[in-house]
Amino acid sequence: MRGYWAIFSARCRTLLQYRAAALAGLGTQIFWGWVRVMVFYAFYQSSSAVQPMTLEQVVSYIWLGQATLLILLYGVDTDVVAMIRSGTVAYEMLRPMDVYSLWYARAVALRTAPVLMRAVPMFILAGLFFGLQPPASLAAGCLWAVSTVVSVLLASALGTLMTVTMLWTIAGDGIMRLVYSATFIFSGSIIPLPMFPSWMQPLLNFLPFRGMADVPFRLYTGNIPPSAGAIAIAHQLAWTLVLIICGRWLLARGTRRLVVQGG
Amino acid sequence: MTLIRVENLVKTFSVAERRAGLWGAVKGLAYRRHRVVRALDGISFTIETGELVGYIGPNGAGKSTTVKALSGILVPDSGRCEVLGRTPWKDRIANARDIGVVFGQRTQLWWDLPAIESFDLLRDIYRVPKTDYVATRDELIERLDLRSFLDVPVRQLSLGQRMRCDLAASLLHRPRVLYLDEPTIGLDAVSKLAVRDFVRSMNRQRQITVILTTHDMDDIEALCNRVMVINEGRILSDGTLDDLRKTVTTERWLTVDMLDGAEQVSDPDAEVISHDGARITLRFDPDHVSAAALISRITAKYPVRDLFVENPPIEQIVARIYAELKL
Repeated sequence: MRGYWAIFSARCRTLLQYRAAALAGLGTQIFWGWVRVMVFYAFYQSSSAVQPMTLEQVVSYIWLGQATLLILLYGVDTDVVAMIRSGTVAYEMLRPMDVYSLWYARAVALRTAPVLMRAVPMFILAGLFFGLQPPASLAAGCLWAVSTVVSVLLASALGTLMTVTMLWTIAGDGIMRLVYSATFIFSGSIIPLPMFPSWMQPLLNFLPFRGMADVPFRLYTGNIPPSAGAIAIAHQLAWTLVLIICGRWLLARGTRRLVVQGG
Repeated sequence: MTLIRVENLVKTFSVAERRAGLWGAVKGLAYRRHRVVRALDGISFTIETGELVGYIGPNGAGKSTTVKALSGILVPDSGRCEVLGRTPWKDRIANARDIGVVFGQRTQLWWDLPAIESFDLLRDIYRVPKTDYVATRDELIERLDLRSFLDVPVRQLSLGQRMRCDLAASLLHRPRVLYLDEPTIGLDAVSKLAVRDFVRSMNRQRQITVILTTHDMDDIEALCNRVMVINEGRILSDGTLDDLRKTVTTERWLTVDMLDGAEQVSDPDAEVISHDGARITLRFDPDHVSAAALISRITAKYPVRDLFVENPPIEQIVARIYAELKL
């Protein structure tokens, strides 16, 4: 365990060096968050139909999404892809470690350090100036915290699975964009999932993507009541497990056929 | 004690062939021809504890494939292989604890971190006990003279500095076997000597078994008492450097520095192979004429200032082996 922890913390330390990028990103995300909030203001003003979420819930949902966007933004670990391309990946396999766990630890680090660096200032700014409400209740806040941690584990499992597919495709921009777009739409990062047409709801509820954003946000706002929290988190955990098993299986097959590039 | 035993190892790769040009690429979409490359075609050898073995062959001969099989990151099609009694690809993790590897063209250090932090990370990865680690690390730092650039991020190091750090990194967990894959590639003369000295002393003093693949024959000449030559996945020769020489040629070279004026040397038993100002090199067959006889004839006939007899450089020997392979 210590080895994986060492990799995780080294990766975090490296990522924390990019402070300028974090600051610039913060500015961009506040801008886009503000635009989306305005769009929903206009929408709620002009519509008299009863919506599945209150405007306050939508606004908090958007700011939570902006704060933790980076959980989703990283698809594959570009460092590992570079290693696969250059052949340095051989060194990863030479360590007395489980390669999947090693890559998973890296994926979690990628979704922890940069997220924390942006989420904290974003919370403060959005809470003070842009209409982010506190959690609906203490229970909602606790469930949101747990669910956010699980969402990192889930997104990391998906990211690692995508990274493993790079062993086959090497230049996998196509599949990456596909998964990317699916993640953004079906996680609720563009439009909150409750606003999707009702015929899509069973599909959205089944897919893994909602566990990466929609579930923690709705737990926070109370749109999913705390009584249903356990089931929602169980859904996240189940998908995490499935994706980890897929990734492990694929990696085991990939390493058997691996031709380390060059030499 | 036999440390490494390889028996009849075979590894084939299937390579998709693409015909040249646009039309070739289009045809490749519909129908792809696969060519089977036998990277290892039944190789066998054993290596004893404490040996320092040179493993040479032209590009694409199967050297790196062998090293990858021995380190457990490549699964061969058939054959047996044991490193310290374990099959590397079945017992990859246990095997990894006992081996150190340096690929000269790649670094195992974290690019953005100073080398010393990479060392600390490797300590955690290999779970080296603290006291052992500190002792090993300090010894390696001392021997490789790393102290002055330990705190510099690896990306800012020169190639020679980086290679020395890589060598240290590969030995922190005190492996019993060290695979060096072109460790002197691209290094300047001073760094090459430093690397060679270090490898030799690790081999002698710590009894680390070393397998060295290289294209630099000076590495082989300076370090290895045993050389294996591989081509197209087969081992062609395995023995001492002298054995290798004898398989190609027994000839020796006589280099003569002439006093001024004299420009030609000829002798019925020797052939001039190079002529560079006052320095003339002759080649002769010691089975045919003894060096002493040849020297006395030449010094009697020509105004000689200095002369020496040597073996043809190993470069030449290997070049000839490779040239013969192509025929």
